[in-house]
Order: sequence, then structure tokens, then C-alpha cells
Amino acid sequence: MRTVISVTNLGKRYGKTVAVDDVSLDVREGEIFGLIGPNGAGKTTTMECVQGHRRADRGAISVLGLDPQRDSTVLRQRIGVQHQEAHLQKRIKVWEAVDLWSALYSRVVDGDALLERLGLEAKRNAWFMTLSGGQKQRLFIALALIHEPELVFLDELTTGLDPQARRAIWELVKGIRDRGATVFMTTHLMEEAERLCDRVAIIEHGRIIEVGSPAELVRRHCPQRTVVYSTDAGTETLHGEGDDFITDVIARIARDGIKVRGFRTEIPTLEDVFLKLTGYGIRD
Amino acid sequence: MATPFLRGFWKLTWVETKVFVREPMGFVGTLIMPVVLFVAVGTLVSDIQPGADRVRGLPADAAATPFNAAILAALVIAINGVQSLVAIISIYREGGILKRLRATPLSPVTILGAHVVVKLCFTVASLALLVLAGRRLFPGVMEVNTWSFGVALLLSTLSILSLGFVIASVVPTARFAQPISAMLLYPMLSVSGLFFSLDRMPQALKVAALMMPTTHAVGLLQGVWDGSGWGTHWPNALMLVVLFVVYSALSTRVFRWE
Repeated sequence: MRTVISVTNLGKRYGKTVAVDDVSLDVREGEIFGLIGPNGAGKTTTMECVQGHRRADRGAISVLGLDPQRDSTVLRQRIGVQHQEAHLQKRIKVWEAVDLWSALYSRVVDGDALLERLGLEAKRNAWFMTLSGGQKQRLFIALALIHEPELVFLDELTTGLDPQARRAIWELVKGIRDRGATVFMTTHLMEEAERLCDRVAIIEHGRIIEVGSPAELVRRHCPQRTVVYSTDAGTETLHGEGDDFITDVIARIARDGIKVRGFRTEIPTLEDVFLKLTGYGIRD
Repeated sequence: MATPFLRGFWKLTWVETKVFVREPMGFVGTLIMPVVLFVAVGTLVSDIQPGADRVRGLPADAAATPFNAAILAALVIAINGVQSLVAIISIYREGGILKRLRATPLSPVTILGAHVVVKLCFTVASLALLVLAGRRLFPGVMEVNTWSFGVALLLSTLSILSLGFVIASVVPTARFAQPISAMLLYPMLSVSGLFFSLDRMPQALKVAALMMPTTHAVGLLQGVWDGSGWGTHWPNALMLVVLFVVYSALSTRVFRWE
């Protein structure tokens, strides 16, 4: 599979603060790749260096085979960008924003169809300032997709949204991948990374500490499985490791003819992996 | 066929115009307020009798020439434009709008250029209102070559705008943009020679005044009005151009997008 983004030994400081210490990663064509880590770990700086909006102090970056600094003009036509906590002009209308962005690229998709796909057709004439958080983010997705980019960057896309809006946006992001584009996103929400990303890289203090699919990472770092079942006699809790553990428990219950009233499994999540690897909770 | 570059420029200019018109305070303040000011001051000044040394408690040379009211209003128009530019740039920066626009194929010059064009258009519209009001209310006073005056005001506005960009580059947050630009621009106007002559100022203040675009704008505009014209006031025009170049160069060095 083609590598779309390749970063080698990226480093970036702001004055004395080291934002990115040493980051290397590869993003493959057609995947949703998540850069996850606590706030201040270097996610956004890494992403902005990859986009070409920031010049790295050292390291090599290749995006769609281009140098994001040298080839920024060409690259901007081929990538779509959504920034963290971005705004537009308060009194710009939704359709005007889409229309303006359409004028900036050499090849664009139909703006109205895009608004419809993102559930914004009823808001065409609304001012930006009157949109809800979820609607604003959907508009930013529309602006990032207007020129059908091969590669889409999403920075903390769902921060501050309610669960319904968040889920709706997850479906839209999956839709971007299913149409053939590659997605490079950052998030500090582990549930989001687990549900959305094909692969994730965990970044901490400006370094990548682990890369893999969420399931792989869970298997590698948190193989513990727990089965809790209740019978008339009481509740039984069993701990074990490995993929076969739950099957083995079920087989034993069946063999012994135990009447089970309740049955539940506890499988570690990406959040458990994250807490284990970084040693502490997410800093907000 | 329009290239994407030009298409983007005009589209952005048009969008910014619409957005600006929808802002009730900005629109009224820019277009209407200077004309109201002109009519008020002009009415006061038109009562002056030749030879009077005081007018309603003010020294007479505060209003020695009736057209100073028009020049004052014209400069308020320019300064309003600059203030609103400074405010918009800092709000856009704080909200990440500049950053988002910069992530598109638009060039930085296009983004900022669109704002300058919008401000200039409103300056011209406001000036036209001013001239119309003046011709109607103060017949005989507004006998000036409108084109010459317009060009002189355009040059003045560009020069003050470039200073506005320097201010916009360094104001820390949007909340400070309005007070800081007001604190800089209006004192500049007060030492511009419009209210009392430069020769009556202490030497240091006079030198400082000569570094400000407003001073040369007043000199040039007065010259256009009293008939001495561009021939006599070319040093003012030259200084406006020089200050424009210097401030523009400075702002490209210190401008922050986020």
C-alpha cells in the first residue's frame, strides 16, 4: 500500500519549549490514522508541520510525494484542512463560505450536494455565528472537502461537541475514507480513536511511543480478560489472558451445565492501553 | 477567463463587503458618523466672522479655514477605516480565521489586499456622501477639485492604513485593538496641524508630528483645498508614499497570522 505521509525524526521547538522532540510515522493510503496523546504532547504541531503551515527545525517530511514547505502551492490544492477551534467571519452565510472556498481551487465538487451530504442544506442562508457547535464543525468538514482532496487533516474535530453530534461526525469521517481519501486526525478522546481509526500513534512529550491498530495495541499491552457471571448461588469473577479465554469460560459453563442468570465480559480498551503506556490520565 | 487567483480575490472582497455591511455598528460608524461630524463642525465654523479671534470659546485658528471641517471629516473617514481594519484583523487572527484562510491556496497578499480594497471602497462612498452633504449645506465652501481631493485622500488613507497594519500586527488581542488604535490615531490627528499650526509646537513634538502620516495628509489636503495644490505640497505627498512603503515593509516583518 502506498505511503501518503512519511515523517522522519521531526523536531520543533518554540523558544525553549520543545513541542515535538523526535517524531517518525507513516500514514498509508486510504486509512484513518489517528495521532493520540494528552494535551500539549505535540499533536497539533506535528500536524501543522506536515501540512506545511509550520517549518520544522529538523527532520524530513514527505506528503503525497511532495515537500510541504517547498511545494506548498501544489499541496494546498490536494489536501483538505480543518483546524482546532477554528472560526469564520461571524456574519458570513453558510453558502457564501462554500462559494468562496469553491472559487479558490481549480477543481471542486458541487457545493449544494456537499451541504446536503453533511446535513446542512437547511442552514444554507444562516450566519456562521448562529450555527451550533456540531453544525460549525460540519461546515468546516465541507470546506475541507470542497476540492475533493486526496488527504484530509482533522485536528480535534469533536472537542466540545455533545455525544449525538460527535457520533454524527464520526460517520462523516468514515464516509471520507470510504470515498477513497486518506484521513490524518488528532484527538485526545480515546473512544473516538478506538471507534474511528484504522491505526493510531500514541504521542507523549513530543515522541511517538507506540503505533498500531487499536485492537493490536490492546492485545499487545492489555491482554487481560475478565468474565463476570452470576448464578443462583452468587457472582463469579474469572480473570485470564488471551483471545481464547472467554471461549474457554463459555465452554466450561456449558460442560458443567451451570444455569447462568447474568454474563458479562470486561475487555480493556485503548484508554487502558493509553493510561498504562503514559502512566497517567488525560490532561485537560 | 479569471484565474483562480483573481476569482478568489474578488470573491473574498465581495464576501468581506457583505459581512461588513451586516455589522450594524461598523457600517453606520464608517459611512454615516463622519458626515454627521462634518455637518456639526461645519455649522459651528460657518458662523465665523472674518477677524474674530475667538469662536464660541475656541481659539479662532482652531477653525481658521472653513474647509478644515471637511478635511477633519475626511480624515476621520480614513481613520475609521483604519480602526475597523485593525479591529477586523485582530478578531480574525484571534478566531483563527486568518489561519484558516491561509490554509487555502489564497496568498497572504490576497487575503489582506481584499480587506484594504473593502476599506477603500467605503472610504470613497463616505467621501462622496461628505461632498454631497457639503455642497447642499455649505454652498461656496465645497469649491474644490473633487478628483484632486479624492486622489490626495486616497494616498492619505493608504498611508494611514499601512500604519494600521503595523498596529494590527502587534496588538495582543482583539479586545485591545479598538482602544490601542484610537489612542494612537486620534492624538496623531490632534498634532497634525489641523487644529493649531505646526510652528507653534515644541521642536520635539514637531519632529514627531512630521513622522506621522496624518500630518502630511492634512498638509496635502489643505493645499489641494486652498489652491496651492500638488506643486507646492509635493513633499507631503512624497512623505505619504515614503511612510506607506516604510510601514508596509515593517508590517510584513512583524505581522502575525495567529
